[in-house]
Amino acid sequence: MKLKKPLLYYNKHIDRFINKIRITKNKYSGEKNLDIIKITNLTKKFDKITAVEKVSFVVKKGEVFGFLGPNGAGKTTTIKMLTTLLNPTEGTATIAGYDIIKQRNQVRKNIGIVFQEPAIDTDLTGEENLEYHARMYGMNKDERKKRIEEILDLVDLQEKRKVLVKNYSGGMKRRLEIARGLMHYPTVLFLDEPTLGLDAQTRRAIWEYIKKMNKEGQTTIFLTTHYMDEADYLCDRVGIIDHGKILILDDISNLKNSVGRDVITLACDDLNKLRNKLEEKNWISKIKQHETTLTLGVEKGDEKIPIIIEIAQKINVKIKSISVRKPTLDDVFLSYTGRTIRDDEQKNNLGNSMPPRSRGGHH
Amino acid sequence: MKTAELQAIYVMWIRQMKKFVRSKSRIVVTIVQPLFFLFILGAGFSSISMPGLGENVEFIHFFAPGIVAMSILFSSMFAGISVLWDKQFGFLQEVLVAPVSRISIIIGRTLGGATTALIQGFIILFIAIGIGTPISGVTGFILTIIFMILISFSAVGFGLILASKMQDFQSFPIIMNLIIMPLLFLSSAFFPVSENETLLTIAYFNPLFYMVDGLRGSMLGIDNSVIQNPLLSLGIVSTICIVMLLIGSYLFSKSEA
Ligand SMILES: Nc1ncnc2c1ncn2[C@@H]1O[C@H](COP(=O)(O)OP(=O)(O)OP(=O)(O)O)[C@@H](O)[C@H]1O
Ligand SMILES: [Mg+2]
Repeated sequence: MKLKKPLLYYNKHIDRFINKIRITKNKYSGEKNLDIIKITNLTKKFDKITAVEKVSFVVKKGEVFGFLGPNGAGKTTTIKMLTTLLNPTEGTATIAGYDIIKQRNQVRKNIGIVFQEPAIDTDLTGEENLEYHARMYGMNKDERKKRIEEILDLVDLQEKRKVLVKNYSGGMKRRLEIARGLMHYPTVLFLDEPTLGLDAQTRRAIWEYIKKMNKEGQTTIFLTTHYMDEADYLCDRVGIIDHGKILILDDISNLKNSVGRDVITLACDDLNKLRNKLEEKNWISKIKQHETTLTLGVEKGDEKIPIIIEIAQKINVKIKSISVRKPTLDDVFLSYTGRTIRDDEQKNNLGNSMPPRSRGGHH
Repeated sequence: MKTAELQAIYVMWIRQMKKFVRSKSRIVVTIVQPLFFLFILGAGFSSISMPGLGENVEFIHFFAPGIVAMSILFSSMFAGISVLWDKQFGFLQEVLVAPVSRISIIIGRTLGGATTALIQGFIILFIAIGIGTPISGVTGFILTIIFMILISFSAVGFGLILASKMQDFQSFPIIMNLIIMPLLFLSSAFFPVSENETLLTIAYFNPLFYMVDGLRGSMLGIDNSVIQNPLLSLGIVSTICIVMLLIGSYLFSKSEA
């Protein structure tokens, strides 16, 4: 194990390197073998709403891709189409080169999925759940036995293997589901909010599994999450979706830089007045007004604080608090969706970059 | 057939067997309830003279095939409907995303449901024989088994149809009380319908009647059934069975998780 890691790590970097070359060199040549997921114009309409609207993007082999968006954005619907559980209304996608509509069985062989909602049989033991899964994926007896041992070690459930799943804790169930998704060595693993509702320690552990399987097993990971720290820690690239449309899709570092090198957050007694004044300054790359604060994207934030205080004093605005920090994914999310990921749906209109819109309830 | 498909059938089957063996309460209820019917009602009714019974046939013997049919019907139907549990608990998605055909999944589920139901049916059958219900020879016994299997598969099919059409279990008691129970009462399972013109006419439109009547004819001898041609009963019940299974599988294969 110890020896293997650096090598595979190295491999992954070579892979990325090749990806980069490919992108620069073959941009128009149409070579697709490294685009493990290729989505084109994927659309899903339910009775009244369009849950996913003309979504197109690619995920590269060996990548950890994060799919972010507020409740009801269309993440699960997209995953269900990609995993052949829902038929797209329009458009299509390929996974490992297979079409999700025309080559369902090939697609199914290449994917593993951990659903947002629990999907284990709680009347069976953990081991039985894994065993039956392996059988349905055509693994023979020896393969099954070996793999079950491996995977139970990976998710640390050896002691619970003979216990009925209904007697598992929430975290154990989640770990079992992740284990099951990995049983058959999928090329692409879909994780729909893998750590939702878990304690910090279990989340950490699951992150480590995800990293491990991505590195050692070369598994491409497509995950959705509501936790920005999770996306930050795990993902190479993220896409932000809202109201069924992709708003932005890029490397995490690029996204953060697009918000500004530093983020200044301030509260004052007249947000509008200060904002109008600050908008004249060309050293502020981005300015956003929220309920009680302004956020500014700037370079060299430390030096800008005194300047801003001075400007405020000149126009008689009293600053209540001011701070500077490095941009996080939260800032990116806020900047593109007009709200933080945890904001309530009712507060949609406060971000004013998105027109308020009513949507069907979820869950 | 590819091994993965056979494996899928096996998995769907063994899973139900395991769950069946583990749910002690379900076994007790599904076996005790028909026995309760058989003994209490059988004993109660045997004291009143019932028109329409063959000569030398005690009521409890007349009653036995009805109870066997009932127990198979209920547990098979329940097995079919239990797809709804899988839907609600999300497990159906895990099955539908596996690289196996829906047909294998349906076959496995049907076999699993039918096996558990038939185990119960046979337990009741043997108890009935144990208390003296006469069996009309070897052919009769084989026919009895065939009818039991057909009844079971039809009911699993019907259960699958219900599961595809229902969103949750709320409408289940309504279906039981407004459809299944009346059909069962009018099927001659509990009392003869041959003596009453109206009841008999209604019975001819009742699929359960052909099942119960056919089973009774096979078990007790053809004199005891209304339809005097076992092949006719067999043909009708087979047709019902195939139709139920086809519709059930079709609806299941169309369902999205
Ligand atoms: N089967 C369905 N029928 C009708 N509408 C649906 C159905 N499934 C989802 N929707 C709607 O589609 C939209 C997108 O739902 P989806 O589950 O994809 O959101 P999500 O991004 O996964 O949200 P969350 O973060 O809450 O899981 C929502 O408005 C939802 O109400
Ligand atoms: Mg979701």
